Amino acid sequence: MIPAINIDQVHKHFGALHALKGINLSIEQGEFFALLGPNGAGKSTLINLLAGLLRPSSGSLAVMGFDIQQDYRRARHALGVVPQELVFDPFFNVREMLRFQAGYFGRGRENDAWIDEVIEALGLTDKAHTNMRKLSGGMKRRALIAQALAHKPPVIVLDEPTAGVDVELRQMLWEFVKRLNRDGHTIILTTHYLEEAETLCSRVAMMKQGEIVALDSTANLLNRFPGKNLHLKLGEKRLPESLTPLLRSMDGNAYVLALADLTQIEFVLAELRTAQVTVEDLQLTEADLEDVFVELVGR
Amino acid sequence: MWTLFKKELLRFWRVSFQTVAAPVMTALLYLLIFSHVLGSRTEVYPNVAYTQFLIPGLIMMSLLQNSFANSSSSLVQSKVMGNLIFVLITPISYLEFFLAFLAAAMIRGLVVGLGIYVVAMFFVDLPLTHLWLIVAFAVLSSALMGTFGIIAGIWSDKFDQMAAFQNFIIMPLTFLSGVFYSIHSLPPFWQKISHLNPFFYMIDGFRYGFFGTSDISPAISLSVVGLSFVALSWLALVMLRSGYKLRG
Repeated sequence: MIPAINIDQVHKHFGALHALKGINLSIEQGEFFALLGPNGAGKSTLINLLAGLLRPSSGSLAVMGFDIQQDYRRARHALGVVPQELVFDPFFNVREMLRFQAGYFGRGRENDAWIDEVIEALGLTDKAHTNMRKLSGGMKRRALIAQALAHKPPVIVLDEPTAGVDVELRQMLWEFVKRLNRDGHTIILTTHYLEEAETLCSRVAMMKQGEIVALDSTANLLNRFPGKNLHLKLGEKRLPESLTPLLRSMDGNAYVLALADLTQIEFVLAELRTAQVTVEDLQLTEADLEDVFVELVGR
Repeated sequence: MWTLFKKELLRFWRVSFQTVAAPVMTALLYLLIFSHVLGSRTEVYPNVAYTQFLIPGLIMMSLLQNSFANSSSSLVQSKVMGNLIFVLITPISYLEFFLAFLAAAMIRGLVVGLGIYVVAMFFVDLPLTHLWLIVAFAVLSSALMGTFGIIAGIWSDKFDQMAAFQNFIIMPLTFLSGVFYSIHSLPPFWQKISHLNPFFYMIDGFRYGFFGTSDISPAISLSVVGLSFVALSWLALVMLRSGYKLRG
């Protein structure tokens, strides 16, 4: 089957800045894929290249088998992009804006039923005739998602869709996006909320300084770091020096230690006893995607 | 392309008080004041009252300014607001993009020009000696300025730069193009300088369509306007095709 996205040896330069350094990536149709990385890693650059907002310095990108430069019309037909910023046209209401967006892709009145469906699914029915500039931030975000879906693209890219969105709306959005994925849409997501990527996405790519540093299924990435996290809240004394090699993070008197296995707990407790450190609280958790992210990207 | 054109039309029509009614009102104020001050003392062409002489100039001046304003302000606003990406991520080609913005700009300019003509008819009787030349100059000139607006809109990154275009290029060139006077009333040096102003040819040729009299041959004016349109269209299309300031 033709991959939904195929990126081959893509480089992007902005003057002296080498923003993307030979990216290779293939995303299968129907995948729920996460693209993670700190600010400046190159995620948005990659998305903008796919959307045709930027041009690659070298290499090629294809959406549903259509090259984004040679066959840009069909490539763009196959792609819907939800931008990170809350951008909108202040002259039109939600329904007009969606009709225009569908019209740019050659879809006319026959597409109205789909637009109604999207409006309803995103809870925008009451706001369909409201001017975009009068919508709240959350509603604008919903309208942006609706706009990306207006021409019914098989591949949808969501660039930080839940940034600044309240919990209720976030849940609603994810339910909707999961439904789209179940219906066969390929979803590519960038997010700073790693638990979202862990819960939703079957495969993850982690980027750092213009390169992909990890690309695997979410399960495999988590298995790569089978350790556990020991969360300690200590009394007056600080963590003994003998335990600092295990230290993953600290915040005041709260420490997180990375344990390779459970047997290390005895060693930690023994060291704390020897140093006469009082433990106020103790908690053991599994390593999550955030730990993997910190290990691979945050170093 | 049709959708983009329709959106651009609606964009200015939604604020037609500002984009159509206001320029018509401004032109009529010019007409009222200048004809009152100079009307009884000035006869630029034989058997043509100054008020009659003034109207084609005012129509063309407003047509040019509004054609330019439509495409330039729409593009700059979309760039500043960030919503231009909704068009850039679509399958619309650079040529379709150009034609949609151009057609909407031309229609705004022509609607404003027609509005001034219709209202002015209540006050002054104006001959239509060569109607086809009036239409040709109006259409070509609105196309020329709509294209110039597209170039300015692509080039400008902020409203300040756009205002510079309007205040330091468009306004001086329109005011010094013979809207309010015939260039034959100027000293020889300034007459020569006026010939370098493309706006002069648009206004002079347009005025010939009404009175059958002009400062220079309408054929020359039509050629200058036509060639200027071709040159600017080429530049706008090169900019759009390369993605200059639109696609990185």
